[in-house]
Amino acid sequence: MEEDAETRKISSSFLRDHSYATEAADIISTVEFNHTGELLATGDKGGRVVIFQREQEVKSKNQPHRRGEYNVYSTFQSHEPEFDYLKSLEIEEKINKIRWLPQQNAAYFLLSTNDKTVKLWKVSERDKRPEGYNLKDEDGRLRDPSMITVLRVPVLRPMDLMVEATPRRVFANAHTYHINSISVNSDYETYMSADDLRINLWNFEITNQSFNIVDIKPANMEELTEVITAAEFHPHHCNTFVYSSSKGTIRLCDMRTAALCDRHAKFFEEPEDPSNRSFFSEIISSISDVKFSHSGRYIMTRDYLTVKVWDLNMENRPIETYQVHDYLRSKLCSLYENDCIFDKFECVWNGSDSVIMTGSYNNFFRMFDRNTKRDVTLEASRENSKPRAILKPRKVCVGGKRRKDEISVDSLDFSKKILHTAWHPSENIIAVAATNNLYIFQDKVN
Amino acid sequence: MFLGMMLTSYRIEKQNCLVLHLLSLPDILLPCACQVVLSLLLHGLLLRSMGEEEGLHQTPFLDTMFVRGLKRKCFDGEEDIEGTLAGIKAIPSYNLQRQSLLDMSLVKLQLCHMLVEPNLCRSVLIANTVRQIQEEMTQDGTWQMINTQSTGQASLDRLVSTDILCRSSRDQAEGKHVPAYGTFNKDFENDQAQDSSDTMSTASAVQAPRNLQSSVWEMENPQENKGNFQKSLDQIFETLENKSPNSVEDLFSEVDNSYYDLDTMLTGMMSNTKMGHCDSLETFSSSTNTASNSNCKSDLNDLDHIVEILVES
Repeated sequence: MEEDAETRKISSSFLRDHSYATEAADIISTVEFNHTGELLATGDKGGRVVIFQREQEVKSKNQPHRRGEYNVYSTFQSHEPEFDYLKSLEIEEKINKIRWLPQQNAAYFLLSTNDKTVKLWKVSERDKRPEGYNLKDEDGRLRDPSMITVLRVPVLRPMDLMVEATPRRVFANAHTYHINSISVNSDYETYMSADDLRINLWNFEITNQSFNIVDIKPANMEELTEVITAAEFHPHHCNTFVYSSSKGTIRLCDMRTAALCDRHAKFFEEPEDPSNRSFFSEIISSISDVKFSHSGRYIMTRDYLTVKVWDLNMENRPIETYQVHDYLRSKLCSLYENDCIFDKFECVWNGSDSVIMTGSYNNFFRMFDRNTKRDVTLEASRENSKPRAILKPRKVCVGGKRRKDEISVDSLDFSKKILHTAWHPSENIIAVAATNNLYIFQDKVN
Repeated sequence: MFLGMMLTSYRIEKQNCLVLHLLSLPDILLPCACQVVLSLLLHGLLLRSMGEEEGLHQTPFLDTMFVRGLKRKCFDGEEDIEGTLAGIKAIPSYNLQRQSLLDMSLVKLQLCHMLVEPNLCRSVLIANTVRQIQEEMTQDGTWQMINTQSTGQASLDRLVSTDILCRSSRDQAEGKHVPAYGTFNKDFENDQAQDSSDTMSTASAVQAPRNLQSSVWEMENPQENKGNFQKSLDQIFETLENKSPNSVEDLFSEVDNSYYDLDTMLTGMMSNTKMGHCDSLETFSSSTNTASNSNCKSDLNDLDHIVEILVES
């Protein structure tokens, strides 16, 4: 079938065919839709960025329900591995985050960052090329001036579509620690980059300077007990941003109050539940991701076991808490030993802020409907997902009796973790990164 | 290293009919190539939510202990030492587990990726955990008790060879002498395994703090500090092995605090990923700031917030 052929095409472009171990460089490290949802960018551990484009919907009579598929649009090497000679350490080329800029002309712009350097990339199409130069012929070789007898004006002729990515800005040497977040401001002129201890504010046009707006580095590093884990600008107010910490707190800062936003305007923290206290309480309370809702009214935070929704107007506790995989609470020591407890899961809102999604282990990911309070666990894997098949909800059983299609906690594969997911800004299309595979799911609303 | 997580293959059973009825059937075969279609939640229909039963049956004992977060009552060491000992023995595994956690954490802190800078967040979280354990142990007064008990049993055989812990190739090139405290003792591993099916890390050791502290400092500091630190450590462990019920203050009084302080060790390692180069970088950047803004202090403060970046040519 024609659809199957296209299935294979997409499958082979980003799904590896190796039957042996997966290559480490192919592990997807970030996924992001652009503002219209037309483009989907992924970054991997090898420093590459792959951009998928949704094809135009074909409105034909015999296929009335055909939805646009995502095909590879452009691939480029964003970051290369570097070596810090001063510290004798390698700088990984792994792409930590990609953020799109809103489209202002025919070209697309995105920010991509590794641990130390942020780059602004311009992705543009070229479908015409000039022909008929006077001084050089079509191959590019210079023509002998004495042989030129006639002057002509070069004309633009159509050519095969070529997508080229060029680095337009490189923002380097501003972070001593590892960059964990970047966020484009709503003024579209500035953005911020956050590492473990500092947050810098950049102007897109200026690469040799940045403003330091948050600095939590103690004078004596021996007193360090808390680091910044994520940061984001408010979607509408260009003076407001939030950053989360490893102690489970979120601070909202207003850049109008001071140049250095060390004093927060709001401080969000939930009091600790004394009945659940353990040696791992602090580790599992560390926030791995913070996201504003599209409305700007709420923020969502992800810690190891839960997702919490906070109202910006209430600082003392979240308004909603969702258990992602509470069955792991009794396994924390094992997870501490194999370092899984330090996994940084991300979380996303859907376009209308009614559903939130986050990943888990065993290639499971979870969705929570905030209105109906229902949730579902789904799995992203090739074995049990054929193209156009319906995703079956999964269930993890904790007790002794395992029902038919349930999975016991001890059978979970902790090497298959879904850390990165993305939701289309307006439609119900989600992108799920499972190690080195990318899955795109759509709802089948006709 | 998936301890206790025996990875068993599982079969996906046949489709649950409950799912199918939610779908509008004619649309099952939508031509969305490579894309798996979901409808459930987005139609507002949902399936059963996840069970939230607290099931501890299958969990290893170790996890159970920690999850419940048992906060031991503070035994007053002066009053009833025998009663204290009895109390400790009544929950022997809690202390053992806590000690094991401490050991594991110290191992983790030391296992560093020499090529890439270690993850600061992870290091901070582990260090906080260690600090928490240490505080609790110090409060309980069990810090010396545990060591007293274990030195009776343990010998240097039980210490993990520091070869297991990673060292930089540079250290090896320079021929640094890292004391090898002995080979790994399999008996110890078996004992541990019986306590919890969740086998503790094979690199855990009862005397790990001593082992790791010295080897950490081996890697971190040049040789001139080594002698002093060794002396301090020897003092500490002589005191411990005397099996006298010293109070915690006595324990620390003879020691040069700047070396023994756990905080110093841990954060010293965190900030000096490589021989103190980090510090030199910090001072360098701050000195350039000062030099360029020599006027008034307000200028200095303002410009401190602008990071001067060397322009890449």
